[in-house]
Amino acid sequence: MNLVLDVALTHVRARARQTLVAVAGVATGVGFSIMMAALLQGSQEDFIRQLVNAMPHVAVSDERRAPPPQPAEEVYDAARIHGLKPEARRRGIKNPLATMASIEAWVPGAVAPSVKVQGILRYASRDVATSIVGIDPNREPLVSELPKQIRQGSLGALYTATNALILGDRLAEKIGARLGSKLTVQTSDGIRLTAQVVGLFRSGVRQVDDTTAYALVKTGQILAGQTGLVNELRLRLDDALAAPAAAARIERETGYKSVAWQEASEDLLNAFVVRNVIMYTVVGAILLVASFGTYNIISTITHEKARDIAIMKSLGLPERTVRRIFVLEAGVIGVVGALFGFVLGYALCVAVGSIEITNPFTDVTHIPISWSPRHYAMAAAVAVVSSLVAGLLPARRAARVHPVEIIRGAT
Amino acid sequence: MTVMAEGPPRETAAAGGPPLLEARGVTRVLPGIVPTTLVHDVDLIIGANELVAITGPSGSGKSSLLYLLGLLDLPTAGEVLIRGQATAAMSEEERAHTRLATLGFVFQFHFLLPEFSVLANVTLPMRALGALPPKAMRDRAMELLGALGLADHAGKRPDQLSGGQRQRVAVARALANDPPLVLADEPTGSLDSQASEQVFEILRDLVRARGKTVIAVTHDLEIARRMDRRIALMDGAVVGDTIRETS
Repeated sequence: MNLVLDVALTHVRARARQTLVAVAGVATGVGFSIMMAALLQGSQEDFIRQLVNAMPHVAVSDERRAPPPQPAEEVYDAARIHGLKPEARRRGIKNPLATMASIEAWVPGAVAPSVKVQGILRYASRDVATSIVGIDPNREPLVSELPKQIRQGSLGALYTATNALILGDRLAEKIGARLGSKLTVQTSDGIRLTAQVVGLFRSGVRQVDDTTAYALVKTGQILAGQTGLVNELRLRLDDALAAPAAAARIERETGYKSVAWQEASEDLLNAFVVRNVIMYTVVGAILLVASFGTYNIISTITHEKARDIAIMKSLGLPERTVRRIFVLEAGVIGVVGALFGFVLGYALCVAVGSIEITNPFTDVTHIPISWSPRHYAMAAAVAVVSSLVAGLLPARRAARVHPVEIIRGAT
Repeated sequence: MTVMAEGPPRETAAAGGPPLLEARGVTRVLPGIVPTTLVHDVDLIIGANELVAITGPSGSGKSSLLYLLGLLDLPTAGEVLIRGQATAAMSEEERAHTRLATLGFVFQFHFLLPEFSVLANVTLPMRALGALPPKAMRDRAMELLGALGLADHAGKRPDQLSGGQRQRVAVARALANDPPLVLADEPTGSLDSQASEQVFEILRDLVRARGKTVIAVTHDLEIARRMDRRIALMDGAVVGDTIRETS
């Protein structure tokens, strides 16, 4: 065995109890850091998963990001136009079936059409402003979680009545409607029809449950007063993270405003950056505190071993070698601590992950835990580096010990 | 007890080449409010195959001189030369290497590493030098221990041995890298008369049979008288340098 390693291990073994305390300190730090990281990232991933599930990965609407260019702008390099009111376009995505087919041809995922109309639901003399979303019950399950969110009735029930509606449960509660209730829908264009409640859903997102009613595409088109209208295409991709690229391509090809979920919830994703900063700070602090234990033990060992250091130096071991011995001891504590920390961290993750959250409306869920080797690698790296730094200071002091002073002191 | 001979001495007092050890005007002053002179202007030439005693009363600077000769301490003025090579300008690393390869130390207290076996203590300097393969280091250490009558104790720890045995282990360690020069600081100072006699005989045989040069600091005049050369110190200065008349 290498001389430096041999001496270092012997020192560490000889002070078993103190070494154990230092190792336990590092292990606790590493273990809890791993758990913290797993918990924070797990909850973040869970949140994003819910967010991603609650909304389409890409929403293609019939709007455009910029008003249409004027002919003069296309012909001349620079044009100044006064007092122009851009031409109002006919609403809706042009030729929706062909557009859908062209998107479906390349996009890895599914597309569903919808018609969004603003209207007022009237029931028992109560009026509530509502977004009526016309959907295709055959395609809808491919792009949303709606079938799972239905509490009463079913998606297929939309076909069972004329102008059937599925209401958000809070909306139904607000107007006092129940399954089978007949209510009136009215739009700003004066179109008015009688509809029947055939189902209730609960998405868990309050704003949606408060204001949304689903109907068939055809019903939506009647309310919009425009046959064949489709004003939104919603996409669900196999890989949610590919949404921005897909949205960009759709926008380039069709010219319609395509919003990926990341763009739609940018503010939330920014909040996660803050969360991550907090996480890394806390994790770093835990590991830093653990390294004080390492500093302590290496300091103690170098103090106790001053005579041995003097002996080794008098024999002719250079300062470099002596310094290496003690840095290595700190490294050993760091590495062993990290390994025990892995076990502790894994156990803590399993323990925390088994805690159940019960919610009267949803199924039993567990605290979300993210399993990532990155957490382990990161915690170990910080622990080992901080141990080495903690060992370096006493090691340098030890290496400078003057053998003559110690040898004289002994006689 | 006799030390096994290992062929002809490698280092002979050949005429011409530089002396093994030379001190030129070596002075060591301890800094302080009142500076203390430990060693004052010492000139010495010590050749190969000598058995030298440094004697003097307590506080005469014997040990300080030995540490200076052994490169453990640096002179305030003057120069220690080993085989004609100046040492003051060397880096810490070069000095450590010179110590490792050409000097062996034996102290009043054995100064063995307590957690290591006798064998590990003896191989330590060889491992630090790294000139031999591990197997050869072990063999050489066993041979040294055998020669000093310690073969049976190789696996023991220092605290399981008697004072005399420990001191012999320290001698074996000093010889680990086969240095031409062995420096001993009161090697018999903490031993009873029987063990002292043993250690003295070992040191003498290093010179007689192995061709080493041994420089021993001692206040035991009886032992000093039996050495080949005596250097007497007083207040840090050399006051006598006598060579014993051999019959």
